[in-house]
Amino acid sequence: MTELRNYTLNFGPQHPAAHGVLRLVLELDGEVVQRADPHIGLLHRGTEKLAETKPYNQSIGYMDRLDYVSMLCNEHAYVMSIEKLLGIQVPKRAQYIRVMFDEITRILNHLLWLGASALDIGAMSMFLYCFREREDLMDCYEAVSGARMHAAYYRPGGVYRDLPASMPLYEPSQWHSAKQVAKMNETREGSMLDFIEAFTDRFPGCVDEYETLLTENRIWKQRTVGIGVVEPERALALGFTGVMARGSGIEWDLRKKQPYEVYDEVEFDVPVGATGDSYDRYLVRVEEMRQSNRIIKQCVNWLRDNPGPVIVGNHKVAPPSRVKMKEDMESLIHHFKLFTEGYCIPEGEAYAAVEHPKGEFGIYLVSDGANKPYRLKIRAPGFSHLSAMNEMCKGHMIADAVTVLSSLDIVFGEIDR
Amino acid sequence: MLDPILQLLWIVIKILIIVLPLLGVVAYYTLAERKVIGFIQLRVGPNRVGFKGLFQPIADGLKLLTKELIFPTKSNKYLFVIAPVMAIAPSLAAWAVVPFSPHLVLSNVNAGLLYVLAMTSLGIYGVLFAGWASNSKYAIYGALRSAAQMVSYEIAMGFSLIGVLLAANSTNLSDIVMRQSGGIWHWYFIPLFPLFLVYWISAVAETNRAPFDVAEGESEIVAGFHVEYSGIMFGVFFLAEYANMLLLSILVATLFMGGWLSPFQGIPVLGALFSFVPGILWLFLKAGFFAFVYLWIRATFPRYRYDQIMRLGWKVLIPVTIVWLVVASFGVHFHIGPWFS
Repeated sequence: MTELRNYTLNFGPQHPAAHGVLRLVLELDGEVVQRADPHIGLLHRGTEKLAETKPYNQSIGYMDRLDYVSMLCNEHAYVMSIEKLLGIQVPKRAQYIRVMFDEITRILNHLLWLGASALDIGAMSMFLYCFREREDLMDCYEAVSGARMHAAYYRPGGVYRDLPASMPLYEPSQWHSAKQVAKMNETREGSMLDFIEAFTDRFPGCVDEYETLLTENRIWKQRTVGIGVVEPERALALGFTGVMARGSGIEWDLRKKQPYEVYDEVEFDVPVGATGDSYDRYLVRVEEMRQSNRIIKQCVNWLRDNPGPVIVGNHKVAPPSRVKMKEDMESLIHHFKLFTEGYCIPEGEAYAAVEHPKGEFGIYLVSDGANKPYRLKIRAPGFSHLSAMNEMCKGHMIADAVTVLSSLDIVFGEIDR
Repeated sequence: MLDPILQLLWIVIKILIIVLPLLGVVAYYTLAERKVIGFIQLRVGPNRVGFKGLFQPIADGLKLLTKELIFPTKSNKYLFVIAPVMAIAPSLAAWAVVPFSPHLVLSNVNAGLLYVLAMTSLGIYGVLFAGWASNSKYAIYGALRSAAQMVSYEIAMGFSLIGVLLAANSTNLSDIVMRQSGGIWHWYFIPLFPLFLVYWISAVAETNRAPFDVAEGESEIVAGFHVEYSGIMFGVFFLAEYANMLLLSILVATLFMGGWLSPFQGIPVLGALFSFVPGILWLFLKAGFFAFVYLWIRATFPRYRYDQIMRLGWKVLIPVTIVWLVVASFGVHFHIGPWFS
């Protein structure tokens, strides 16, 4: 009698549903997954080691490139760990700006997730609908920092600059007539805060649209309900955080449990799932988009009424203004020192974590008193989520492995670092 | 002596008259798909080649023709080449019995319905050969999935055709259309509504289109059975798929929506008003609507999982058809309505 062996399928690294460069070795019995073995490391860029070789501020840009769909949240954890070691207090306005942009980032991330996840399950139109809204938020990134994705906007001690008073406008071209452009510019006439407010008014309707297409869709439910179930105890044991933990019914949100910045001053709810399957995680993420929208709205209102500095006045950490530099010797020296040597951080170690769209994103920083870190350790939420892949896929079919993978919300930038 | 040769020549010309425009329509159907899905997704679709992208299919065709054909190592070369031919031949051959108007049909055979059923079932061999010959794990998964799916849906499809057969008392497609004459309320989609739905769902599944496109399932098994195909060999698979979609759209229109018959037939004023419209135009309008629905479905729904498709086929569609066959038989026995006379 011939010996029956399981079928081994190499899923990725060049696979449309591998979300980047995951190499997943699947052992299959027919269509049923017996073992899923994720191989990582194809996007390793040595961020942690690179950070040891350059002054603190120069690593901010590397943080953007970790989880490249939620850029500012990565930066946030990094600058927070530096602030913790330096012991500086960030101006209130900067805190509100950070919270606002963290939530914008959360919506950006969840929109990309929703689009990509729906695409993986076959609902391809969702991808483009989600990108329509992402475009507006990307414009906010661009208006405030000059870059659509890798913003490098947060600084230890605040943010790089205040919100702009105007949004860039579209111009008529060969492809867009003056009339079309006028319509596109409708919400861009005022300041950036006006633009964001117009977005927050429009966005809940957009989320309703996504939900009409998916939430009660029989096929969507058949594909996600009961797929990749994680019990609450297992979720804790596997080190799940963020949506993955909340989807399993664990009410754990750093914004509520260890409020940083001004999260204790804004109102929002933390959605929690019941069964811990892919459908619950979908519902939690959709609800989080609505809650983020609520937070952004409150931040816009606060920021309108409270002008003020957006970065600390301590020129050992933050650069002096350009104008002052031209006439003030002291400022010139500060500027020169800051952009060549950087600043030194007192000896010690600190861990700062933020509620990243994917989970708890933490930076563990060890300083030996020099102008660059002695050691930087990144706690990426996706890493522990991906390591549960085998447990979540076992006994499901190939198509479900794709569903589970997309419901983990994996981005390889942070897993491989 | 000359007569049979002339006759043969005449048949060849007739075939060309059907097949050549068909290939053109198929090419433009791919453009229509990209445009329709583009508009559903708030894009404009291809608009670079020619006016509003009208030459896009030609550019695509030229691109595919000039691309290198790659044969995977350790593949079965003969089967690998034959597979696309096996896929496209039946989907073109089936057009032989499609009645475009009362007199415009290549061969008005009595067993037209059976012939169509046979031809659409043969298409699966192309998929199976392709999956087997490619020597790729992804391709074999695609082939196995689509074989299982086609077999299951063939049954539901066959049963719903039996309903039409019962009502029309004929397997000749022209006869089936003629039986539906007398106005829109004579068309078979009214008495055989469940069968009409089942036939349409099976038609979508039969052509491996979303949401039943597990044989291709680009996010699971990348492109399924034709993952290893390149250049025009891929193009032939593509043509076969779209020719099949058009064929099934036109069959739904023929079997359930009165074929070339005008929807205004028998209505006092409108019937006379629209009597100048040739029947072939009505047929194309009806078929065009179903062809559009194909694209609409694709842009809207998520994909089923392989086992869920099987469950839908065996546990929902087949029982529905069996129940409705009994109902239709009673209808025929007691001569109910204008349909079962």
